[in-house]
Formats: sequence, structure tokens, C-alpha cells
Amino acid sequence: MKNYLLSPKFMRSALPGVSLAILLMAIFYTQPRAMSYFGLNLMLQYTVPIALATIAQMFILTVNDLDLSIGPFVGLTACIGATLLQTDPVFGVMALLACIAAYAGLGALIHWRNLPSIVVTLGMSFVWLGIAVLILPTPGGTAPAWIKAIMGFKVTFQLFGYNVVPPFPVFAAAIIAIVVHLGLMRSSYGVVLRGAGGNPRAISRAGWSMLKIKMTMFALAGLFGVLAGLSLIGLTSAADAHIADRYTLYSIAGVILGGGEFVGGRVSPAGAVIGAMTLTLAGSFLIFLRISPDWQVGAQGGILILVLALRALINWREAR
Amino acid sequence: MMFKKTLIAAAAVGLTLASGAAQADTSGKKIALSNNYAGNSWRQAMLKSWDKVTSKAVADGIVAEAPAFTTAENQVTEQAAQIQNLILQGYDAIVINAASPDALNGAVKQACDAGIVVVSFDGVVTEPCAWRIAVDFKTMGSIQLDYLAKRMPKGGNVLEIRGLAGVFVDDEISAGIHAGAKKHSQFKIVGSVHGNWAQDVSQKAVAGILPSLPEVKAVVTQGGDGYGAAQAFKAAGRPTPLIIMGNRHDELTWWKEQKDANGYETMSVSIAPGVGTLAFWVAQQILDGAEVPKDMVVPFLQIDQDNLEQNLANTEAGGVANVEYSLDDAKATIAASK
Repeated sequence: MKNYLLSPKFMRSALPGVSLAILLMAIFYTQPRAMSYFGLNLMLQYTVPIALATIAQMFILTVNDLDLSIGPFVGLTACIGATLLQTDPVFGVMALLACIAAYAGLGALIHWRNLPSIVVTLGMSFVWLGIAVLILPTPGGTAPAWIKAIMGFKVTFQLFGYNVVPPFPVFAAAIIAIVVHLGLMRSSYGVVLRGAGGNPRAISRAGWSMLKIKMTMFALAGLFGVLAGLSLIGLTSAADAHIADRYTLYSIAGVILGGGEFVGGRVSPAGAVIGAMTLTLAGSFLIFLRISPDWQVGAQGGILILVLALRALINWREAR
Repeated sequence: MMFKKTLIAAAAVGLTLASGAAQADTSGKKIALSNNYAGNSWRQAMLKSWDKVTSKAVADGIVAEAPAFTTAENQVTEQAAQIQNLILQGYDAIVINAASPDALNGAVKQACDAGIVVVSFDGVVTEPCAWRIAVDFKTMGSIQLDYLAKRMPKGGNVLEIRGLAGVFVDDEISAGIHAGAKKHSQFKIVGSVHGNWAQDVSQKAVAGILPSLPEVKAVVTQGGDGYGAAQAFKAAGRPTPLIIMGNRHDELTWWKEQKDANGYETMSVSIAPGVGTLAFWVAQQILDGAEVPKDMVVPFLQIDQDNLEQNLANTEAGGVANVEYSLDDAKATIAASK
């Protein structure tokens, strides 16, 4: 048992959870008020869209690509959600489906012409932003009431005779993690999808279409990008073309923090969700500590480097 | 020494009591500033003014604390998270210069629901539960034409320098200028360029359009562009028209030089960065139980020929002319909006 707990494999998978727990304890210590239903709800609320965007990024990373356009894409879907989806639901849904199809098309293009995904998605980030500005030239719009209702949902269930009320963001994050985990880590097609990142040649020799795999992964990323945009306007109640610009880097950092790797199809859905939470909480923690804003971004980066250094240390032990 | 301190403390208590209950009510209250951006001279001056006025208010025991929080990048999601953290920290009021008029409404509503007073200024929010100290940008544009009409009853050709394309403020000021030109029909706007509120960009833009223009009598501006326009006219060898200034230090300095050399006359108008301190006092008044209308308008800071020297002396090199507001100013603004 002790050997298992100290094994690099266990330590690596436990690292995201442990860093989140340490950060939570530090927050509760500096700001005891945060240790309540209301507090957790407030602090973690914005993790839902970030977690969804992180999952989207994770799908792309699984097939050894990188998506530099997920932030503006989430911004675009938020703008569609706050305008078209509200005024003309049918047209709005079609627009969102077109977005997902566009993502699948990108996957096909990248595979077909063997293009570097970084260049293609960087270019597309300006396209998404441009369309978003066309749809919503000045910040505004209104989120459909049903989205707001979902995001403001209060979950209650009975456990050993007690009424349990988990904060909605925690509940939503758990659902996202479990659904994606079952789909990607436990299903047989999920294994193929991950294998496409680990050893693409072996997968295509075995008769699987790499084109289909890339399109599936990019479409899934598009789907989760749409969900991220919709959940975001459910919280803010209005949209702005620039609302999610930072999500690009947040999502990459979230996947890596959660134990994912840039190559090799080595990802963890649960880890990615935890990574997204860690990133958001790191921001809150620094505000509670009253660190000057000039240093905050740097300090956030410092927390990231610290966690990654720990992981490098574990990997190094494993290699030895 | 100890005795002396006690005496001072006793005197302070006496003074507070003497000045009435109006101040005692907010002495335990905490007011936070949530600011979305600090990357230009105007915002830097705004933060400095906030610090100066609020630290005095804290020292005087009017409020318990009033720290300023700025988000690292001008991002809606970051500021929303910042507001939520401020709610958690138990502030009684939050003063906001918002990154977006609509997209922060969710967080603002949560603050209101938690019983927190939210006062927005400059970048105002549309959430109905918050107070707004808005800038009347349209009037800022139209008063320029009113001034021109007074100075040049005969009218003439006018060149317009606009701000950053696609920004709400630029559209509003420009709409005001065009409304003013319609009212005073003797003026004709013969050209519009985008100067991005920066002297170097304005100079280039004006230099580019000048050869195609007939005689220009006056230049209407949005601030941060008057000096560049003057340089462009000089370089082209054309007579210097009447250029409306925007309270920047370089603009006021140039104006002063011209005034001393040849009696050049103009006016300068912009919003004082100290408007943040006005929002602070308004928040304090609301916490104090005063009845305050939800929508107020910021007074402009206008500089004229006779108070130019005084304003120039008070403006830092590279900065913007500023005033810090007092409690009485806030009361006057509140009364004027009722």
C-alpha cells in the first residue's frame, strides 16, 4: 500500500487534486468567509465555462494538435447565444451547429493538407473574433432565460437522510468530468481516439480513418466550445466579442495542470476540470492576499510553474 | 508622549462627535474600487486621485478602508471574478469602472443581492440595481460647436479628429459634434480622421488629409489629439486654425506658448480622472443613508483662456488636468440629478 502511494504513477495522477486541495485550504485560511455555500458558489462559478473550454482544448491536444482560437470561438458562441439564439431560436441553433461543423472542417483541413494546427487556429481566431464583432458590434444582447435558469440551478438531493446542497459549479464540474471520462477513457472508440495521438501510424494501419478521428475530435472541441460560450452568458447575462479572449491560454494551462501532455494522447478529463478550477481559484487567492495587480499575472504563472515543476520531479523519479 | 497621544485621540473623538452623526454612520464601512484597466495616463491619474482622497477619508475616520483593485488585463471575465471575490471579502460598497456595460451585469446583480452598494462611473454598467455616474459624451461633442459659434459667428470649414474606431465613446462624441454642426449650420465638417486619442497618430492622420482640404477654420477633437493636429498644420505651412484641446499636458503647454506669443485663444474640455473620487463620495453618501438617484452625470472639466495658467500648473508633465472631488461636490452632483 505504502509503495503504491509513493509510486510515481499514483503521485502523478494525484498531483492535480492535491494542488487544488492545498489551494482551497490556503483560501479558507486567508478568507474564512469563502468556506460556505455562498462563497464556494461565487468563487467557482466561472470555472464552469473555463472547464468546458479546457475540455474542448483537451480534445485537440489528444490528437497532438493545439487550438489557439478557442477563446475567440467561445466569445463568438457567446455573442450568438446572446443575440440570434434569443431573437430567433431556430436560426440561433443552426448558427451554433454551423460553428461546430466549421470546427470539424478545420480538423479535416489540418489533416488533409498536413498543416500545422497552431497556424490554422491562430488565423481562425481572428476570423471568429471578426464574426463576433459583426454579430454584436457593441457589448450587449441578452442571454435566453432558460440558459440563465440552468446556470442558476440549485441542486438538492437526499443522502443518508440529510438534504445535501452541493454548490452548482462543483456539481456541474463533476458531471462534465464524469461524462467525458466515460466517453474518452472508458469507451472502446475513446481508446482509438487517444491512440490517434499516441501512435497515429499504428491506428491508421489498423484500418481506422485518421481523417474521421481528427474531424470527430475537432467537432467535439467545437461542441464544448459552444457549451462554454452558452454557460458563460448564463452567468454574465450579456455578451461581448472579447468576453473570453483569455480562455485560449487558460484552457491550455488547465489541461497541462490537470496532468495532460502536449503530445502522445496522454490526457485526463477529470484532471483537466480540476486544472481549470485550480487556475480560477489561484486568481481568487491572489486577490484575497492583496497582491498588487501588476504582480498577479506573474504570481499566477508562478503557481503554474510550481505545479509543473513538481510533476517534472515525479517524472524524473519514474525515469530513474 | 503617551499622554499627548491620548489627548489627541480624545480631541479627535470630540471633533467627530461635534461634526454630527452623518459621518459616524459610515466609519466602519469598507468601500472597494474595481478597475478594469490601468494602461494609460488617464487611468493612472484616476488611481492616484482615488488613493489620495480615500487615504485621507480613512485617516479622518469617514470610512474604514477603501483599497483599489485593478485587473491585469482589460477582460470582462476577470473583472467579474474580481467583483465576486470583493463580495466575499465583505465590502459594503463597490465602485466600478467597468470593462463592459452589459457583460458584468451578472456579477453586479450578485453584489446587489448580497446587500452591497454598487456605484459605476466612466465605464458604467446597465444593471438597474447599480448607480451610474455617466459621462455625457454627446454634450462633450456639441459644446465644442457651441463655443465655435460664439467665437466665429460667420462660421467656416471644420476638421473633425475622431478617437478609436468602433469604440462607443468615439461614436458618442462624434454624434454630438455632428449634432452641433447641424444646429450651427454655418459650420461645415469638411473632413474626419481617426486620431486614436494619441498625438502621433493624429499628427499623421491630419497631415494625410490636409492637402485635400480647403481653408480650415477650426478643428474639433476628442482629447489627446490637439497637439498633434497643431504640429501637422505647422509642418504643412498652413495657418493654425482654432483647435479645441483635451486637457492633456502637452496640449495645454502648446496653448500657453501660443497665447503668450500671439494671443491665441481656444478652450479645452475633457473628463477629470478624479471622477473616481466623486464615485467614492457618492458611495459613501448612499451608505450614509442619503437618497441618491440611480443616474447621475459627471461634470466636465473645462479650461478657458483665463484659467489656463492655473490648470497647467496643476497638471503633471505627460498627464491630464485633474480635479479631486470633495464630499460637498458629491452632494451637489446628487442634488443636481434629482
